[in-house]
Amino acid sequence: MTLAGDPAVALAVPALGAVLIALAGRWPNLRETVTLATAALLFAVVLTLLPQVLAGERPAALLLTMLPGLALELRVEPLGMLFALVASGLWIVNSVYSIGYMRANAEQHQTRFYVCFAIALASTMGIAFAGNLLTLFLFYEALTLSTYPLVTHHGTPEAKRAGRVYLGILLGTSIGLLLLAIVWTWHLTGTLEFRAGGILAGTASDAVIGALLALYMFGIGKAALMPLHRWLPAAMVAPTPVSALLHAVAVVKAGVFSVVKVIVYVFGVETIAGMASVEWLPVVAGITIVTASIIALRSDNLKRRLAYSTVSQLSYVVLAAALLTPVSVMAAALHIAVHAVSKITLFFAAGAIYTAAHKTEVSQLAGVGRRMPVTMIAFTIGALSMIGVPPTAGFISKWYLLAGAMSTQQFAAAAVIVASTLLNAAYFVPIVHAAFFKAPADGGHHAHGEAPAPMLVALALTAAATVALFFWPQVPLQLARDLLGG
Amino acid sequence: MLTDHLPALQVVVPLIAAPLCVLLRRGWAAWLLAFAVSLATFAISIALLLQVQATGTISYLLGSWAAPWGIEYRVDAVNAPLLVLVTAIAAVVMPFARASVAAEIPAEQHYLFWATWLLCLAGLLGVAITGDAFNIFVFLEISSLSTYVLIGLGRNRRALVAAYQYLIMGTIGATFIVIGVGLLYLMTGTLNIADLAVRIGDVRQVRPELAALAFLTVGISLKLALFPLHLWLPNAYAYAPSVATAFLAATATKVAVYLLLRFGFTVFGQSHVFASLPMGRMLLVLSIAALFVASTVAIFQSDVKRMFAYSSVAQIGYITLGISMLSVTGLTGGIVHLFNHGLAKGAIFMLLGCVALRTGQPSIERLAGLGRRMPLTSAGLVIAGLSLIGVPGTVGFVSKWYLVLGALERGWWWLAALVLLSSLLAVVYVWRVVEACYFREPSGELQEAPLSMVVPAWLLVAACVYFGLDTSITVGAAADAARALMGAVQ
Repeated sequence: MTLAGDPAVALAVPALGAVLIALAGRWPNLRETVTLATAALLFAVVLTLLPQVLAGERPAALLLTMLPGLALELRVEPLGMLFALVASGLWIVNSVYSIGYMRANAEQHQTRFYVCFAIALASTMGIAFAGNLLTLFLFYEALTLSTYPLVTHHGTPEAKRAGRVYLGILLGTSIGLLLLAIVWTWHLTGTLEFRAGGILAGTASDAVIGALLALYMFGIGKAALMPLHRWLPAAMVAPTPVSALLHAVAVVKAGVFSVVKVIVYVFGVETIAGMASVEWLPVVAGITIVTASIIALRSDNLKRRLAYSTVSQLSYVVLAAALLTPVSVMAAALHIAVHAVSKITLFFAAGAIYTAAHKTEVSQLAGVGRRMPVTMIAFTIGALSMIGVPPTAGFISKWYLLAGAMSTQQFAAAAVIVASTLLNAAYFVPIVHAAFFKAPADGGHHAHGEAPAPMLVALALTAAATVALFFWPQVPLQLARDLLGG
Repeated sequence: MLTDHLPALQVVVPLIAAPLCVLLRRGWAAWLLAFAVSLATFAISIALLLQVQATGTISYLLGSWAAPWGIEYRVDAVNAPLLVLVTAIAAVVMPFARASVAAEIPAEQHYLFWATWLLCLAGLLGVAITGDAFNIFVFLEISSLSTYVLIGLGRNRRALVAAYQYLIMGTIGATFIVIGVGLLYLMTGTLNIADLAVRIGDVRQVRPELAALAFLTVGISLKLALFPLHLWLPNAYAYAPSVATAFLAATATKVAVYLLLRFGFTVFGQSHVFASLPMGRMLLVLSIAALFVASTVAIFQSDVKRMFAYSSVAQIGYITLGISMLSVTGLTGGIVHLFNHGLAKGAIFMLLGCVALRTGQPSIERLAGLGRRMPLTSAGLVIAGLSLIGVPGTVGFVSKWYLVLGALERGWWWLAALVLLSSLLAVVYVWRVVEACYFREPSGELQEAPLSMVVPAWLLVAACVYFGLDTSITVGAAADAARALMGAVQ
């Protein structure tokens, strides 16, 4: 196998990058160059895998045999390809943004920041390309641990507390529930492979399947199903680039990605469709969608509002997967990509506002659109995509999600989606309105312009991507379609 | 051929080197000898393991007196890996020990320290290798007596009280063991383990046989610190010199666990001990209690050495839990955890030795700011700590995997859940250390410990990761041992 087609390279690049970044720590310009180069190289490596996957191949790599009969192995399938593309692509943009943000805010420990970021990305690639549940679990935990120093970056008592919530919930659920589910699956089936159609069919009673599903769904704490969502708002104490790439893209998407992967490849959509013991899942997802939206509506802190919006949007993916129809599973895969580009734009904008205007609360944003037009236009695009208004990418995934719900007459799910769309509008539109059409509350004596150029470039790029995905959704659509094809 | 005498050399080399240390008198020369001997015993144990894996059980007749009258050394799939663990830890600890002992023990006592150390090593190896029940008792006493001395040498005055506590408890344990061995001899007329295993069939369910089992089990449980017979352990580990703690925590209790396996499975026979007597259930309940009680107590310790000492009691609970499952998977989990915990705890106590070198008795307060002042030491503590939690990619995960799988195989899903829940308690105490190292401001100027200490400690840290990813050696050996034990009576 050539080096270009080997998914192991996608892990090695950011891992080696982390080492180089650490070595270059004393020279900030070199360090940031290494970060950007690593991100670009990673994206290139991931891109080389794309044509193969679209052609129906499944590039694989065996890392090592960990336990008898259980190897650490990578295998690229369409959903992982999509996730890896999104995460690695956005890492480039996010690195540009980080450089602007970290320098403008004179953050401490920048080397540690970039090193942990690279390790987190390597872990993300491991999750995306994991060939079996054991590999997925290994990198899932690595992602939790490598993002912990980023969440607690400021080292304040508040950061320490947030770190405890973060680690407590994520490690608690993964070790307490997810690992149990994985060992149980191994015990029942003798394999942990991701296989089209699932591996659990015919090995356990409906009740056991239902219990296993609960262990998986709540064990994957990164998917932030209520009531295990508290770590996500807690993680907002981190610097904004962390919230943007990790807590809107890599970490949370690793969660819902694992959820979709487990439902499709471990349980098998057809195996559990119509089973009474799994019907609670769409209900929990629906409750999470609505409740989180209401909390978002009531949060004045901008990042907190975005975090709860993320909690809500993550459950779109869970709901879509839980509807167990081919179209809705497609919607789940699409929404992973769509929400990523949209939400990262919103976080970029929030960070830009904080950097330029030192504003963190929604109520302070009146008139900010006149001073920071680029930022707020990008924010508006991101918000529209969250609501699902064309011509933004959010429309596409919502369309398939509704189509999936209607195709099997699951009207309650459709109602939840409509209600949450209204709620999304209710908590985003006022921000946009205030920013552009209200006079600044402080009378405008605190003059400021836009954030530093790297940040602007980054948020303009992701906003453009949000629109572009509406017009050119072919690649994500193709990958999402292939997901059920096998 | 010299290679034929490897089983004898395994014990004789350290045993003879000990008095040589006393003759040498000079601290550095005695250290050099002890270091060379540790390496030699390590090499011997590896050779023995390879030999066992290639050709099966080795029986060595001491002085060529035929068993069961003479003393037989017997190396099989169960104790060969244990010998490797003990000697490997000894070989890794020795280079570390030089600077640590120089700081903690008065110079004029150094040669005596090394002599005692070698005696302890010889005793532990003797217990593991011998195939004779009375010989086990003799070597156990050699290792125990030298352990009391090693602990009592700690520079904190409480070390003496701790050593005295252990002396009392350890002596009770040893007495119980010798009573048990005596009763066995009374009934069967033999002391050879293999012979005992055969002849005990004639005296099943006779009262003295049950009494022997009871005495042996309680005596051994005292030595292995099975909850609630662990009370000697926390103080002993907390106040012993750093080197002694690192070595003993990784080896001494493990050898005692081996005795439990040897007597419970090989001599008495698992179907008898565990099926017709409620031993399995007792062990199960006490193990679960150890997991939760000891871990909870660990959370509230402010002395970090004591914290990890309590953690040891909990981790021993995982080992005995695996044994109590009475299946190949459970036993594999227990035995592999014996190695894995030895590696992780050895690493942690060595790293705490590095801390102690710079700050004195390591308390949570004294760890403040260590992340910046002693980056290698604190990073090592984090990784070894993750291994205690059982994060994938570390050895702890492998043990947990087999323990949970073993529980599910028995249909005890509640036990599987309890094993995982108890891991979360480890998160709490390990994270107290992490937060102290990385979130508090350093109080004074501290330097990283010398490389001679950090490098050996990191060897064990690296082993924690390596054997967490590539388990063919450890799980392979543990599974062999488990199959040998489970098959011993079938």
